[in-house]
Amino acid sequence: MTQTDGLLPHLFRTEYSKITAVLCKLFGIEHVEIAEDIASDTFLLASETWGIKGLPENPAAWLYTVAKNKAKDYLKRNTLFMQKIMHQLDSNELDDRELEINLSDQNITDSQLQMMFAICHPSISAEAQICLSLRVLCGFGINEIAAAFLTSKETINKRLFRAKEKLREENVKIEFPSEGAIGERLETVARTLYLLFNEGYYSHSQESTLQKEVCYEAMRLTYFLLENKKTNLPFINALMSLMCFHASRFEARTDGDGQTILYQDQDENLWDRELISRGNYFLNTAWQGNKITKYHIEAGIASWHTKKEDSAEKWEHILQLYNQLLIIEYSPVAALNRTYALSKANGKAEAVIEAEKLNLAGNQLYHLLLGELYMGTDDLMAVDHLQKALQLATAKSDKTLITNKILAISLLSKG
Amino acid sequence: MKDFLLLFRNDPQVAQTLSPEELQARTKKWMDWVGGIAAQNKLVDRGNRLSNEGAVLKPGNIITDGPYVEIKESLGGYTLIRAESLEEAIELSKGCPILQFDGNVEVRPINPM
Repeated sequence: MTQTDGLLPHLFRTEYSKITAVLCKLFGIEHVEIAEDIASDTFLLASETWGIKGLPENPAAWLYTVAKNKAKDYLKRNTLFMQKIMHQLDSNELDDRELEINLSDQNITDSQLQMMFAICHPSISAEAQICLSLRVLCGFGINEIAAAFLTSKETINKRLFRAKEKLREENVKIEFPSEGAIGERLETVARTLYLLFNEGYYSHSQESTLQKEVCYEAMRLTYFLLENKKTNLPFINALMSLMCFHASRFEARTDGDGQTILYQDQDENLWDRELISRGNYFLNTAWQGNKITKYHIEAGIASWHTKKEDSAEKWEHILQLYNQLLIIEYSPVAALNRTYALSKANGKAEAVIEAEKLNLAGNQLYHLLLGELYMGTDDLMAVDHLQKALQLATAKSDKTLITNKILAISLLSKG
Repeated sequence: MKDFLLLFRNDPQVAQTLSPEELQARTKKWMDWVGGIAAQNKLVDRGNRLSNEGAVLKPGNIITDGPYVEIKESLGGYTLIRAESLEEAIELSKGCPILQFDGNVEVRPINPM
């Protein structure tokens, strides 16, 4: 039954979220657990049945049929729930208790898109939005989410519980936002997808397959927005472009043992040219709008990083893009990267002065940067900062990297 | 933290005599300076440039054209920053490129109404 072993997790990811979205749209978001339970039951039955009888001809259709029947059974058993739902649905079908469960492609797409807006509701914390997205929109298991966040199952369960409570309290509707509100609501959706991608891309979780899957899910959901005319806006294209450029380096950024390979040491031949060209395509589309967002700027920076060779022009462009990014929105990471670009464009001496002003002494990357900037001119200071970075580091791969740097400096100064 | 308004004054006629390369070099200096303040999370609003034309209204319905073009210290733009004290705001303003071009920066604390 190796055939089903590989297929089921894949089907689970794609179909679980579709079934949950359609049922949730039908029941209302306050009953999201029921939708999830029915979807989970469906997959349980699939894994049992397919394990014995082999795969059905059309696995997705099989799942939809089972899910529909389970939903109808549930409604029949729970008359009280059914009355409430029927009331909400304002259905004429009350008598024969026949409920239309529409699993057409169009309804699936619409429901998933509307679920994205419901989950990425401004009243819910960003952290909870990411958690809910992974569970409900991407079909990740609690174990997987806990692994991605480097936390326990209990924490994730609590987080999900509170997020769902909040959705109920705020009476969030699964619907498309009104024409006037769509831009603003879409900004929250974009921010969540951006954070979701970063969660996968920068997570210290040792499970690199899982990290990649989180990133690909973020890209899949972003692509969803691009497929709909109302949500295919320039800044969503910019976001997609940014994700494509970053994802292009997946194969090059870790070695066989899962150790991080820094950008300058990566093998360019492992960069995914197809994703880079897609990134360029989305970035070109993004520039057709008249509003410049942080996604545009970040995609612009990422596009310069797809050209490996160093040049004065490259770093001057990157520096100016970081200046613009910081003017739009401050973040410690942008401030540190800007200072690195400054050292490349204007020289290390100027960058050291600027770095000392950043006021980020508790940040591991800050000391790593200063270590880098002092290297060669003041090795004692460099080692001092690298030691501080080492103290602040928690991930094993980071510690190895910093220790190697310190070793390299002491070897050089001895030789 | 308190907000401060930085007012930039210089001779607007000088800019008209600059070559495109010189203008570009100046733009880079401005961007690097503002970017440096933003990197410290002390930029409130990058602000804007002001056009040279304009008008001054005086009592008795007297309206004069902006006489700024002839004045060496014309108000050319503004930026909003935040700092712990006036001293810090002055320190941040010392890197302003306008000082290299015979202009000046006026630093004024903002008292919220």
